[in-house]
Amino acid sequence: MGDDTPYLLDGTHWSGPTGIPHLLLAHLGYTGVALLCGIAIALPVGLYIGHTGRGSFLAINAGNAGRSLPTLGLLMLMVTLMGLGFLPVLIALTVLVIPPILTTTYAGLRNVDRSAVDAAVGMGMRPWQVLWRVEVPMALPVMLGGLRSAALQVVATATVAASVGLSGLGRLLIDGLSVNDYGRVVAGAVVVAVLAIVLDLGLGLVQRYVVSPGVSGRGLRRRGARASAERLDPDLL
Amino acid sequence: MITFEHIRKQFPDGTVAVDDLDLELPSGKITVFVGPSGCGKTTSLRMINRMVEPTSGRILVDGEDVLEKDPAVLRRGIGYVIQHAGLFPHRTVVDNVATVPHLLGRSKKERRAAAMELLERVGLPTAFADRYPSQLSGGQQQRVGVARALAADPPVMLMDEPFSAVDPVVRDQLQQEFLRLQSELGKTIALVTHDIDEAVKLGDTIAVFRAGGHLAQVGTPQELLERPADDFVRDFVGRDRGFRGLSFESAASLPVRPLGEVGGARLVLDDSGRPVCWEGPGVRGGSAPVEGTFTAHDSLRLVTDLALSSPVATAVRVDGAGRADGLVPHHDLVDHLAARRAPA
Repeated sequence: MGDDTPYLLDGTHWSGPTGIPHLLLAHLGYTGVALLCGIAIALPVGLYIGHTGRGSFLAINAGNAGRSLPTLGLLMLMVTLMGLGFLPVLIALTVLVIPPILTTTYAGLRNVDRSAVDAAVGMGMRPWQVLWRVEVPMALPVMLGGLRSAALQVVATATVAASVGLSGLGRLLIDGLSVNDYGRVVAGAVVVAVLAIVLDLGLGLVQRYVVSPGVSGRGLRRRGARASAERLDPDLL
Repeated sequence: MITFEHIRKQFPDGTVAVDDLDLELPSGKITVFVGPSGCGKTTSLRMINRMVEPTSGRILVDGEDVLEKDPAVLRRGIGYVIQHAGLFPHRTVVDNVATVPHLLGRSKKERRAAAMELLERVGLPTAFADRYPSQLSGGQQQRVGVARALAADPPVMLMDEPFSAVDPVVRDQLQQEFLRLQSELGKTIALVTHDIDEAVKLGDTIAVFRAGGHLAQVGTPQELLERPADDFVRDFVGRDRGFRGLSFESAASLPVRPLGEVGGARLVLDDSGRPVCWEGPGVRGGSAPVEGTFTAHDSLRLVTDLALSSPVATAVRVDGAGRADGLVPHHDLVDHLAARRAPA
């Protein structure tokens, strides 16, 4: 630690296959693929359970069980079973994504105002139309909340990939620890944290655009407010 | 016309909600299903658009068996209004109203034009079109609910407690406008309520249900109030049915006295002959305003109420221009009410 230049400010750490941009991209790649796989599994199941009300025990139990699995332990088990590679990492991270997506999709749909659903059916919407035109738009804030928490968890946990020889920002932590370079460890932690915050802000922005103002209350004058009073409600995101 | 033929509904847990219901709902009229909770009135209503499937029996809408139709297609042809409106919070008012036209594949322009016209029809300013339901009051939401049910101009409307979630003042207003709308549109309407007053006010025909899904009585409001079929209906209609029955009797044949002194008080008129107040030693404080008047077209119920609440126990009749033209002291009213019951 003779060099006083902080790790992140040293230009040599920003290029090449061990440079921060490269690690960041790999990290984002793991995160994205795990999120997509988790969504592909949890979303249809959650939609089915939430729409029909059938198998809700599955949503609740899978949610609880999934949350209590230690990711690192699961990863080691997978590596033992199938050897090194991306697949064990993907499985371990996907298991992390499923519970929040599944439970929020289910809970979001279940909490949709029953009278709106009754009206939708009574006016002649088919089950598929009820789901996509009424239930999902109304459940969207809760569902996106689940996506955001899944994304945060995965982006933080994807550092485990480095422990089984893969890339990603975990490299800074693992390699830093192995050579007692705490500057590098702190740099890794900071980059992961910043990445998590940026990702969450980005998803928050997406949420603003895809959730109807009628549901989020954003930018709506409250009932009774006069037309001249352009009152916005800052409490509602 | 909607016809129930031997309709029975037994739920999987064994409860019989409706038992052997035979009922005809005439075209262009409002038929009210009324009864205590658990009497099967809502279940019966929901069987018309197959939100509930009957265990046995047939329901015909204009001669066609509803059970032979695709439920979704059937429902698009039947207006549906529910208690809390059930608006879609994520859609604007105009999009809510255009729901069924959208399902029927009408063009966006056509949908919007039709929806705008309906908003005006139900008494909402078109400025509300692009608001969201959360920005509306309960009464306004219910108007949107009615507009939405009317959007595809269905011949039949089902209304499940449409006015019971709003406060009494708004409810009264909505009921009045609903009757005005119905007089223009002439839909075949089935309306569920637990409120006998609402049933009497809105119904052309009232079907009184009793627990277990049996019909206790079917008749016009007047028949129900004057000749309840049994103790159940008598109890359900309530103690003051005699008074409420006066709603159906016209004040046209009521004898009036010429304007003059009544009980130590004199009716003061303004320059154009409209009643202003009572004055004289017979009035507490020397003077009291005339708070209401009736015309020959009003009901005996109104006259009775006016006589009872008048400071000198006298109702004031006015002509079409609001000029006082006669007085009805309460003892004259009592004599008239007694005489109409006496044998000829």
